[in-house]
Amino acid sequence: MTNQEPLPKEPKESKGFFKRLKTGLSKTRQLLNTDIEELFSNKRKIDDDLLEELEELLITSDIGVQTAMDLIQSISQRSSSISDAGQLKDALKEKILALLGTKTPPPAPLAAKPYVIVVIGVNGVGKTTTIGKLAAKFAASQKKVLIAAADTFRAAAVEQLVIWADRAGVDIVKHKDKADPAAVAYDAIEAAVARGADIVIVDTAGRLHTRVNLMEELKKIKRTIAKKIPDAPHEILLVLDATTGQNALSQAKMFNDAIGVTAIALTKLDGTAKGGIVVGICNALEIPLKYVGIGEKIEDLQEFDPDLFVDALF
Amino acid sequence: MFDNLTDRLNAAFKKLKGHGKLTEKNIQEGLKEVRMALLEADVHYRVVKKFIGDIKERALGQEVMASLTPGQQIVKIVNEELTELMGGHLTDLNLAGSFPSSIMLVGLQGSGKTTTAGKLAVWLSKNGRKPYLVPADVYRPAAIDQLQKLGQQLAVPVFPSSAEMDPVQICKDARTKAHKEGLDTLLLDTAGRLHIDETLMDELGRIKDALKPSDILLVADAMTGQDAVNIAQAFNDALDIGGVILTKMDGDARGGAAISIKSITSKPIKFIGVGEKLSDLEPFHPERMSSRILGMGDVLTMIEKAQAVVDDKKAAELEKKLRKSEFTLEDFRDQMVQIRKMGSFSDLIGMIPGMSTNKHLKNLEVDEKEFTRIEAIINSMTPRERRQHALIKGSRRKRIAKGSGTRVQDVNKLIKNYTQILNMIKKINKGGMRGIGRGMLPF
Repeated sequence: MTNQEPLPKEPKESKGFFKRLKTGLSKTRQLLNTDIEELFSNKRKIDDDLLEELEELLITSDIGVQTAMDLIQSISQRSSSISDAGQLKDALKEKILALLGTKTPPPAPLAAKPYVIVVIGVNGVGKTTTIGKLAAKFAASQKKVLIAAADTFRAAAVEQLVIWADRAGVDIVKHKDKADPAAVAYDAIEAAVARGADIVIVDTAGRLHTRVNLMEELKKIKRTIAKKIPDAPHEILLVLDATTGQNALSQAKMFNDAIGVTAIALTKLDGTAKGGIVVGICNALEIPLKYVGIGEKIEDLQEFDPDLFVDALF
Repeated sequence: MFDNLTDRLNAAFKKLKGHGKLTEKNIQEGLKEVRMALLEADVHYRVVKKFIGDIKERALGQEVMASLTPGQQIVKIVNEELTELMGGHLTDLNLAGSFPSSIMLVGLQGSGKTTTAGKLAVWLSKNGRKPYLVPADVYRPAAIDQLQKLGQQLAVPVFPSSAEMDPVQICKDARTKAHKEGLDTLLLDTAGRLHIDETLMDELGRIKDALKPSDILLVADAMTGQDAVNIAQAFNDALDIGGVILTKMDGDARGGAAISIKSITSKPIKFIGVGEKLSDLEPFHPERMSSRILGMGDVLTMIEKAQAVVDDKKAAELEKKLRKSEFTLEDFRDQMVQIRKMGSFSDLIGMIPGMSTNKHLKNLEVDEKEFTRIEAIINSMTPRERRQHALIKGSRRKRIAKGSGTRVQDVNKLIKNYTQILNMIKKINKGGMRGIGRGMLPF
């Protein structure tokens, strides 16, 4: 959070996603006073108390009441083959991995040139920061990146993105405040084609998914991009905040209905929230979780690893 | 699945019909439904557990057992207890203390602090105060620019911070400047931070020590899930906050975080953010929030909005006209304009109990432009046409369509809708509400 110095050219050795998540989560444990190690200790027998604690653990991860109950039910049906808490934990992990869809999302084809990514989400989830990190990530792998500053609504959103583009050392296309976002996107695509850019990342204004007119605006941005490149946008990345509870499902559904989401980025996993709601989202909408944000530093946007994520849930 | 607690409880108790008297076990079943509803609304697990324990006694009492409508009785109890839990009545900002007073806004990244600072500035100005916006977020790129732009829009002065300055020093300098310039209320917009970031939490403590703000408000997102308790606890432990502002309430989140935060900190929720405009800040009403969390709509807010826009004299005139079945296209237009003043149609639908969960209405995309189109069509008619719609035949329809930039079909549709309403009014005048079947409403 405090490090706002220009991005390092060579990303520093990271502490490791798993370790970071574990550190973050150990703080959750202290706050909730739940001894998770004890909960799953091998000696413990499966009884009602254990199941109740398990229920608490699942629900407090924001996984949702229904999903939590389904999981517990499916586990207790298999209780004959599970003799201790350790096995229970493994069985549960397996179930959640299945819900998440273990197949990792297809790697960005990047065959298309330029490959167009539109980034969407409600207000304050971290779209701009995610774009900054993504741009730096692509730039580090020698891709020519261009950012479209199509959030023309929020005060100083463009200025914020300009700073990120500077740090990442990539180009940016911007218009005046309150300009038509679709026009910004169009110009950016045109510029990307002219300059031979590999990737275009389009920022959009945060909007609540319940606002019909703002969802129409997104559709227009998508149509406008397709006018220039028929199979674009190639990726529509929905940014979700791990702190969000059950409403994230409503967000995912409505954004998906409006313009079709192809991948999800889950941000702010470095706090004490666990973002369990994505389990239900990935399962219900069959949209892969592609990136997770676990901090303010450049290397803190990582490709999603289901095993690590599920490990960190417990 | 039921979205609304009343429906849910009624369904649960329906199963019991014919079993004679309700038993304790039946009531327990009902409480299970309450528990589910609260958890689905994002109220924290432990908070729900305690709440259910607390209301159990009342639910098992005579008022429910003896009732013919136990479902409704339980909802009533839950509603009352939730309202009580969230604080019985409105709590204002604390502006007491030495001149100038300061209000400090704290919270996680993206919770809406900067926008809320702008909204509070509007609210304070309306209440006769002279606010001074102080950007103390030196970390997020362009955060200072954002507040400066908001200040420009609102014509509210903004302290000229820069990203190289120290946040504590910014606040101190701003106070000196406010004193000199006669500005009486500082709005300190601090950087978003994680509640577990010790260095930054410590910075907030230093700002507090230096400024001794009269109010410290935690800005929290209404969509927050189970983590709301951890966030609220950590900020309250570090700063002893004075209250909470719940943002993004214009979405479809149930907002159970409100209960979690209140029960963990015992601090009141003072305001809610209800839209993107800088005037979209409202005082918090616990009883309305309780209905919302339980999925029961918010009729009170709708009535209040209606009262704010409806002109009494005009309403009386209209009533007279309606009685005589003299509802002209002009009246039709006026009505529409009034409804639109209340806010967007989809917002209004969301406030009606049961409507927000109605399958057909959920997918109903109300195109606000449609209203503009109707207005344009009526405006393109002559005053005489507006009063006597029967005059509007083929060539006049063509002219009106041309004048309003619409198609003849649009004009036809409007006149058809209007005549339906007119017929409906005539029917009501003849025989009351009978005779008005479903599907007759033009919208």
